[in-house]
Amino acid sequence: MAFRDDLRRTRAIVWKDLTTERRSKAGFNSVAALGVTILVLFGFALGPDTPALREAAAGALWLAVLFAGVLAFNRSYQVELDGGALEALLLYPGARWAIFAGKLIANLLFVTAMLVIVVAVGIVLFQVHVPADWPALLGIMMLGVVGIVALGTFYAAMSSRSRAREVLLPLLLYPMLIPVLLASMTATKAFLNGDLMHEAGAWVQMLSAFDVIFLVATFLAFEYVIEV
Amino acid sequence: MSPANPSTFDPPKAGLWPALGWVAFLFFIFTQIYAVMTSPADMMMGHLQKMWYVHVPAAWITFFAFGIVLVASLYFLWKEDERADLLAASAAEVGSMFCGLTLVLGMLWGRPTWGVWWSWDARLTSTLVLFLIFVGYLALRSFVEDPQRRGQWSAAVGILGAINVPIVWMSVRWWRTLHQLQTNPKSLSPEYLRGILLNVAAFTLLAIWFIQRRYVAARYERAAEHASQAAALGGTDE
Repeated sequence: MAFRDDLRRTRAIVWKDLTTERRSKAGFNSVAALGVTILVLFGFALGPDTPALREAAAGALWLAVLFAGVLAFNRSYQVELDGGALEALLLYPGARWAIFAGKLIANLLFVTAMLVIVVAVGIVLFQVHVPADWPALLGIMMLGVVGIVALGTFYAAMSSRSRAREVLLPLLLYPMLIPVLLASMTATKAFLNGDLMHEAGAWVQMLSAFDVIFLVATFLAFEYVIEV
Repeated sequence: MSPANPSTFDPPKAGLWPALGWVAFLFFIFTQIYAVMTSPADMMMGHLQKMWYVHVPAAWITFFAFGIVLVASLYFLWKEDERADLLAASAAEVGSMFCGLTLVLGMLWGRPTWGVWWSWDARLTSTLVLFLIFVGYLALRSFVEDPQRRGQWSAAVGILGAINVPIVWMSVRWWRTLHQLQTNPKSLSPEYLRGILLNVAAFTLLAIWFIQRRYVAARYERAAEHASQAAALGGTDE
């Protein structure tokens, strides 16, 4: 079964990427530290006033995850390029989407781990009231992360192999992420405020739709991007 | 430098294009004067309304050009015809120029009529995002040397960008609706409508001419690229 073989390829890439990450740790630690630093900076920008901080917490959390996460996406390919491993990866038989899926899942786990740290620190720093229904909040956050990581992994496949990759990735990625970020931020904010207007559900549906659209689009387009 | 391998490059023929350029330019001048002369001062906005005859056609050209980027990008990925890539790039440049014009004129107009330079409504915001996507697309093109790579990458970015625009529009509209406040469009009387339609037609001709000029220049650039590549490889590639 070709499909099962591709799934095994995906799993192998996930395992390889995570092992590399686990053995060095430097990448994850510095990216997570950056996420926390960005939160602290937002704290200064938004003032020591507790209600104001609480009001802006959802937006600040997502932007911290985004800004720190962007570094992970380029890194994920940079490690391959430094070792000349991307060519080898492409030479192996099998579908290209398996490579994308592997990178995507590895990045997903990486960013989720970072998100856990950033959110935990954010709850303390921004004095957020954790809602009783916090697993649902976790669900919203996962949906947002899927959207960010799908597009991030896709655009990094290009930017990491071009000149000026540090500028190019955010320039391409951030405008594309506006719908995902908007939905994630609004849903998170509504949820943290107790969802008085019952709007979080609608935003979650929208976010799920965006995730599906962008996942399908990036999976289809990846082949054209990686083969040259 | 003369093309090292003239057999692969025949310069696009001028044909009727210069004539189209003149027609478009004169038609544009005529429609501008016509629209300004025939439209009465608006009840609310007075003669500020005249800005409309550039703003709306420019906005239309923005979407027209991005439509060309989308179709040409899809065609390029399908057939790998280099000319489709160059057409997409030319349309993107012209489109970003008109998109910038739309935004600036919109702000200049918004200030006296709405009292603000900017409002976060769906139309304004998605136009701005479209502009940013255009800028990213053009930046990507300038940062990638290999033509095949540049073509495929920018096609992918163009297609995804096009998918994104209606999604941005929808999400911002939702965001705004939930927060109230929505400016409603004014109804239109026929003396305004004729002026605007004529101007849209004139702008379309102009934009087609601009894109064609840019496309011809892009073809020459590509030919020069091919030539210098062939020279670097030590001779012509037959």
